[in-house]
Amino acid sequence: MSLLRYESQVRPPIVDGSKDYHQVTEDICAPVEAKPTKAWWIGFIISVALLLFGVVSIVVEVIYGTGQWNLNKTIGWGWDITNFVWWVGIGHAGTLISAILLLFRQGWRTGVNRAAEAMTIFAVMCAGQFPIWHMGRVWDAFFVLPYPNTRGPLWVNFNSPLLWDVFAISTYFTVSLLFWYSGLLPDLATLRDRAKLKWRKMFYGLAAFGWTGSTKHWQRHEALSLVLAGLSTPLVLSVHTIVSFDFATSVIPGWHTTIFPPYFVAGAVFSGFAMVQTLLLITRKVLGLKDYITIEHIEVMNKVIVLTGSIVGIAYLTELFMAWYSHVGYEWFAFKENRVNLSSPYGWSYWIMMGCNVLSPQVFWSKKLRRNLLLTFFMSILVNIGMWFERFVIIVTSLYRDYLPSSWSTYYTPTIWEIGFYMGTFGLFFVCYFLFSKFFPVIAIAEIKHILKKNGDNWKEGYNKEEGQNYDEFAHDNVHHDDHH
Amino acid sequence: MGVKKFVVGNFYDENVLFPAVKKVRRAGYKIHDVFTPFPIHGLDKAMGLKDTSLHVAGFIYGITGTTTAVSFITWALTIDWQVNFGGKPFFSLPAWIPITFELTVLFAAVGMVLTFCWLCQLAPFIKKDHFNPRSTDDTFVMAIECTDKTNEADAVAFLNSVGATEVSVQYRETGWWLGRYDQDTVKYGKKIEAA
Repeated sequence: MSLLRYESQVRPPIVDGSKDYHQVTEDICAPVEAKPTKAWWIGFIISVALLLFGVVSIVVEVIYGTGQWNLNKTIGWGWDITNFVWWVGIGHAGTLISAILLLFRQGWRTGVNRAAEAMTIFAVMCAGQFPIWHMGRVWDAFFVLPYPNTRGPLWVNFNSPLLWDVFAISTYFTVSLLFWYSGLLPDLATLRDRAKLKWRKMFYGLAAFGWTGSTKHWQRHEALSLVLAGLSTPLVLSVHTIVSFDFATSVIPGWHTTIFPPYFVAGAVFSGFAMVQTLLLITRKVLGLKDYITIEHIEVMNKVIVLTGSIVGIAYLTELFMAWYSHVGYEWFAFKENRVNLSSPYGWSYWIMMGCNVLSPQVFWSKKLRRNLLLTFFMSILVNIGMWFERFVIIVTSLYRDYLPSSWSTYYTPTIWEIGFYMGTFGLFFVCYFLFSKFFPVIAIAEIKHILKKNGDNWKEGYNKEEGQNYDEFAHDNVHHDDHH
Repeated sequence: MGVKKFVVGNFYDENVLFPAVKKVRRAGYKIHDVFTPFPIHGLDKAMGLKDTSLHVAGFIYGITGTTTAVSFITWALTIDWQVNFGGKPFFSLPAWIPITFELTVLFAAVGMVLTFCWLCQLAPFIKKDHFNPRSTDDTFVMAIECTDKTNEADAVAFLNSVGATEVSVQYRETGWWLGRYDQDTVKYGKKIEAA
């Protein structure tokens, strides 16, 4: 056993402090079992207020139509689709952490995966709002589903990227939810078995589905997690690829490029990790989980941010180069005049994007800065501002000047209801996150226990002896020769 | 309803649990189950459990999704109602790949989770008994099922000898795993009288 559990001292511990299994349960369940703090209530009430602002904005939009937004003749997509792509992108980090890093056997994911998966689900919920309410006649939203109807039946256009989006986003939401909740079952059972109050016994008894921790169940659970991870990995790549097809399959200058799918996926992971940093830096502090979400976790995620930020940077430069190299006049005009030219109406947004996404993450080449929490928090916000502007640049600067100068649109600024809708999704996101962090364990308890004896601080110290041994001593001490099989 | 008798012991260390599982099986006792707070790799093999075929089920569900998507879209766009989209062929398979892929994943994931819940008999409101509520916290709980031939005192002594602590004899109604949260069911950790 000890041979199987051994891990080199070169890797830093990912659970700090002196922990045993029971202490892990106590630490992670403590914030769930305590009364909500004042800070929680303040945050929650602000989120509810934002959510209500969003509800009012949507009500206004539904009653009076999308004319309540400043969309115009050529800018048919503005803030709404910018926000849609932004939120979908944020969701991607959760799946990356929970699925791809599971396949790569990255132990550090256990500290952050549960919260990141929750973030994915809430972000996709927010993203879904935009195309739905953008339909205007939202009561006809079910027209996007292929169901036998009295109009022929006239089927939906299966060749259209917008329909692919319907399937991609709804599948992504469903699979993420199943993955997240099946992972939660054992932890909910832990909470159920610790519950003292009657409503807690009821609530967690319902939520835990009768989980017992039977060995056979664990065997199936492991198989399920592995296959769901295997399915989610291509799924997450497909989702933002399909979102990028919304643009790439059109003939609009600035959209009609083959680089979009990988470029969108890298950008999605980039912004998603930034959002994970924002949430977890607050969560670990407020809920006192610094032993589980350690500085090592923060540093690793900053490495992902500098990597994906640089990929995004290369993509920006490549599409700029290709616009010039292609000798397509419209394409080059869109880049040169609508984006790069700082004195053009939207030139400022291109340079905000470049500054926040390409230049600023480069500070994370320095180890000292990667481990600076205040800087990380600041950067995580900056990256998400930059990534919002990326989508704004793609959508608005490509649309506002059409092929015919006579149809060039007037300067587009959002109305209060467009802003309110966006703020409302922040409300929705944080209301969900606050409720999640109050009623559910924000760290995967069972998974932490699973890696504790390999990666825990106090357990790793026990391996100092092995570290000093030569191979023969090590094998002699650790390999058990058992004649019975 | 029948009642079964179990000898239940707690373990606090995997390094004790693994040899104990082997010894108990070698001695001929029937392990009802071992309840653990987290998955312990290799324990299923040590207990002699067969591999799960959940992956195979997932594969079949996935293939079902693929076939559903391709056959439905083909029927809708080439037979039922042909629409000329920009002069492209009615049967334009490359454009259907995204939806085919999504439905493959959706069918596989939903199907597998439902199968998982069915096999493990998990659903909202279901109440089961795992002999010791600490088995979802920090304890590995082994339950040995007593058959007609099992000598209870011997089993208790044996379980103690392989490193188990707080060994006890517990009775459970057969079929308790389908019980629900109501007054008739046995609460966690409480014993019921033998019939």
